[in-house]
Amino acid sequence: MVKQVIPETLKEALKLMQQEDYILVSGGTDLMVQNYSESGIVPDFKRPVMYLANLEELKQLKVEKDEIIIGAEVTLETIRQSSIIPDILKEIISEMASPGIRNLGTLSGNIGNASPAGDSLVGLYLLDAIVELESMTGKRLIPIEDYITGPRKTVRHSDEMIVAVRIPTREPECHHYRKVGPRRANAISKLSFGGVFSHENSMIIDVRMAFGAMAPVVIRDKSFEKSLIGLSKAGIKAKKKAIIDHYRMLLAPIDDQRSTAVYRKKTALALLAEFIDLITD
Amino acid sequence: MAEIEFILNHQKIVSETDPSLRLLDYLRNTLAMSGTKEGCGEGECGACSVLLDGKVVNSCMVPMANVAGHEVTTIEGFRETKRYKILEQAFVQCGAVQCGFCTPGMIIASESLLRQNPHPSESEIREALSGNLCRCTGYNMIVDAVKKASEDGDGLW
Repeated sequence: MVKQVIPETLKEALKLMQQEDYILVSGGTDLMVQNYSESGIVPDFKRPVMYLANLEELKQLKVEKDEIIIGAEVTLETIRQSSIIPDILKEIISEMASPGIRNLGTLSGNIGNASPAGDSLVGLYLLDAIVELESMTGKRLIPIEDYITGPRKTVRHSDEMIVAVRIPTREPECHHYRKVGPRRANAISKLSFGGVFSHENSMIIDVRMAFGAMAPVVIRDKSFEKSLIGLSKAGIKAKKKAIIDHYRMLLAPIDDQRSTAVYRKKTALALLAEFIDLITD
Repeated sequence: MAEIEFILNHQKIVSETDPSLRLLDYLRNTLAMSGTKEGCGEGECGACSVLLDGKVVNSCMVPMANVAGHEVTTIEGFRETKRYKILEQAFVQCGAVQCGFCTPGMIIASESLLRQNPHPSESEIREALSGNLCRCTGYNMIVDAVKKASEDGDGLW
């Protein structure tokens, strides 16, 4: 049987993590299922386990200067119901899992799990979220797109813990989110699309687009987005085909148990077209 | 093993247990409280729903470590309340129970909803029960029952 620890403070946890490589359990909604053995039998964890859900220091949810700070152990449902959270993130969380899972699961868990189909990741990429890591030797702040390097792969070192997610308070004016799954609740996405934009006197001053489950990591192309800034609605409309063609090149979905590459690509581009129509409406 | 202290149905429990043991297994096997059901074991069906600090959770996903210091209410504890009686009557009168396997989870999810929102709309009820599967009723009778309970029990939530 593996070693299991329930630290009472963050410092105690970080000290222990200096000595051993732990599986970090927050709400347990992924890890308790991934390591499930049999009814009545304890889960089959292969490495030492550390339980973090009760670390009070990681339950803060607040605005500090121009950032929203979401502590690693704040549950998805608490985040969804908070007045300080941007609407697009609330909408994405509303479509994740079910109430019973949202009362347990966390954003940090979704990030740590780094699944290409992790729904909240699309919102975190769109909102330029920063992952805050802490270890006994210090802190690191890493943009979400640099944090996740592939399916279930991140740049976290074994002595580091995600202690918070930081999101700039500057919220885009309009947002659009579509999740495609076999049913409304408890479905893992076949694909998802999120877009946000702001305009001023019908000129685009901010536009961002992100695709989930369409490549090993969430797809967002910041430099391409920049090329659209300053265009008028009519200018965007004229570029509609070019925009779609650009993302057609970037998206690299696969066939798996949930969907096919062909369906995913066709649907994702249709959702992109819907978003462009919304901008130019 | 670890010493886990928590409140279960208003009673203090101190237990020496494996911290990774699922709350569901602890309830059903260690305490022989079988009102909480196991369906899928992976968070899809909601048969194992219990209240954790008054909010619905899937007990098949909760390691005992996470229960420490919290309050758990199962169907056995909730059935002692007036609100349960209202929900029970409404479920009976609306035909919301057929085989009954999903019912404890449905009742717990309904209680979790009504605590936060005593007068939910139909869509809010459907959303609140979206993590609970029923293979008998087709759901409409359950949604009707929760609506009826919210009216019959006006002021209790």
